[in-house]
Amino acid sequence: MWKYVLKRVALAIFTIFIIIAITFFVMNAIPGGPFQTEKAPDPAVQKMLMQRYNLDKPLWEQFFIYLGNIFHGDFGISLKNGREISTIIGESFRISAEIGGIAIVVALIPGLIFGSLAALMRNRWEDRLIMFSSTVFVAVPSFVLATILLLIFSLKLKLIPVWTVDNPNYLLPIIALALYPMSYITRLTKSSMLDALGQDYVRTARAKGVSETRIIFKHALRNALIPVITYLGPMTAYIITGSLVVETVFTIGGLGTKFVSSINNRDYPLIMATTIFLAVLLVFLTLLSDLVYKLVDPKINFE
Amino acid sequence: MDNEIFPKKRPFSMQMDLSKFSPASDEEKQQITQMRESTTFFKDGMRKLRKDPLAMISIAVLLLIVLTIFIAPVIVPYDYQEMIAVDGVRDRTAKNLPPFTYSENEQAAIKSGEKIFPHIFGTDQLSRDYFIRVVYGTRVSLTVGVFASIIVLIIGLIYGSVSGYFGGKVDLILMRIVDIIYALPDLLMIILLSVVLDSTLSRALEGTALANIGTNMLSIFIVFGLLYWVSMARLVRGQILSIKENEYILAAKALGAKSGRIIRKHILPNCISVIIISTALQIPAAIFTESFLSFVGLGVQAPMPSLGSLASAAREGLQSYPYKLLFPALTICLIVLSFNLLGDGLRDAFDPKLRR
Repeated sequence: MWKYVLKRVALAIFTIFIIIAITFFVMNAIPGGPFQTEKAPDPAVQKMLMQRYNLDKPLWEQFFIYLGNIFHGDFGISLKNGREISTIIGESFRISAEIGGIAIVVALIPGLIFGSLAALMRNRWEDRLIMFSSTVFVAVPSFVLATILLLIFSLKLKLIPVWTVDNPNYLLPIIALALYPMSYITRLTKSSMLDALGQDYVRTARAKGVSETRIIFKHALRNALIPVITYLGPMTAYIITGSLVVETVFTIGGLGTKFVSSINNRDYPLIMATTIFLAVLLVFLTLLSDLVYKLVDPKINFE
Repeated sequence: MDNEIFPKKRPFSMQMDLSKFSPASDEEKQQITQMRESTTFFKDGMRKLRKDPLAMISIAVLLLIVLTIFIAPVIVPYDYQEMIAVDGVRDRTAKNLPPFTYSENEQAAIKSGEKIFPHIFGTDQLSRDYFIRVVYGTRVSLTVGVFASIIVLIIGLIYGSVSGYFGGKVDLILMRIVDIIYALPDLLMIILLSVVLDSTLSRALEGTALANIGTNMLSIFIVFGLLYWVSMARLVRGQILSIKENEYILAAKALGAKSGRIIRKHILPNCISVIIISTALQIPAAIFTESFLSFVGLGVQAPMPSLGSLASAAREGLQSYPYKLLFPALTICLIVLSFNLLGDGLRDAFDPKLRR
């Protein structure tokens, strides 16, 4: 067990290193430097500036300086407004984490419930309705869904106010973010639940006279959960990238909006920092879900 | 002699009376073989697919879309970057027309006896015909989806089969590389690479034929070629590894089958279906990715439309012209839904593990 954990952690750390390296070297391939403006400054001044920001050193040395800075939480400053990137990320990530966290729960619990319902009511109209809507929702891109929700509920019907800092209403963004993973989990739960209900141990339990609720919760659902846990990693990835889109549509000042606007402004230090931050977060969450999966599934041995 | 093989008949035994049977003549034998037509793996799968209504509807919808994107540009007299002109003069009143309406200038022209092709989806804010833009957008999105999947298929197939066939150290090293690429968050890496390729490729490509495709489209392909093939490679490797160990392969070997026959008759039919299914499901994933990139501002180059860029451009003026979002968004959903359902249908029809 510990050997496995150690191996996974080592792989995660190596992945993070690779991500930082790719981000750094790829971004440095972009032509032009920060001090090459239209009005070229005095060469002496330029040289001093280059020295001040270590830009005169070879690239690999710059990389290790950057790595060290990141380790201390120093991502440099934004080209757009000259603010510290770490503070920008710090304050905007709180909003994103809140929305994302709720969205994960919203996707997970109804997804499990609908999936189990569809499996238990197999071939009845409830099952057909659930499967039909989950099939359709998987085919809608998140920005289209977010835009349509915004148009209908906020702009046309005026049921839910548009998001502002003073009056944050997370309902629509969370729905927009959670609908796709929820549908996916529903489909996943249904198929694994059907699988579990057809197993011999369920028949044995029925033969013993175990009550139906006990069979569902104790025997079937427990085993049906395992494939859902493997989906936790991809789901967090979806929610993190989906937040870029959904936050932009609802003009929420979270990290997603900051990332999209930094791409449009070509604010390279901010793009780098956000990519690294989100990637590290993602690698960490995937690691976590992998470990939980191994813990939960008794069939897996830690080889 | 008969008594040696068959002991004396007891009254209640199930023993057959052989004298009642006679060997079949050649004619009778032929009748039996004719009665059951031999079916191949492919034919049998197609028969099952034809019985699946959802899959057939999806195929019909996809065929309809493909037909439209080939035929519509021939019929509709507008171009995707052409602003509407009446009598050779640019028509400034033709901005943001609702579907099936004419601008003031066009109405005047119609009254004077001219024939003007209707704007089926209306026009956009630069007074371009929106229908033809959606048609071209569908073309671009489908091309991206299909080509990206082919790239993924080729790289993944070669990499995965090399890893699966050779096994041992080669497999170990190749799979470690896959593990690392797999752990990279793909969309974030796509954004990063698109940002960089956007500013580096455009200079390198200036004047070449590739410049027409646009750097962003090229970078989508490059990124797919770099990152997305890993799951395909894993799939192919896993398939080959597990099939290689099956008893029927051992049986075939014991019967003296050559490895060429084993690959052709046993390994390929068992994994080709899974590969085709996951390629079919890769196409909607690529279309999603393209529309996501368009939304973030890293999609296809400006006058060229894609479904994603049209839908994300429609967010401006959404309240006044919601139909501009509706048309491209519906097309995306229809394409993705059809491919998903077709993929499911293909899986039910062709996946050997699901066969009963």
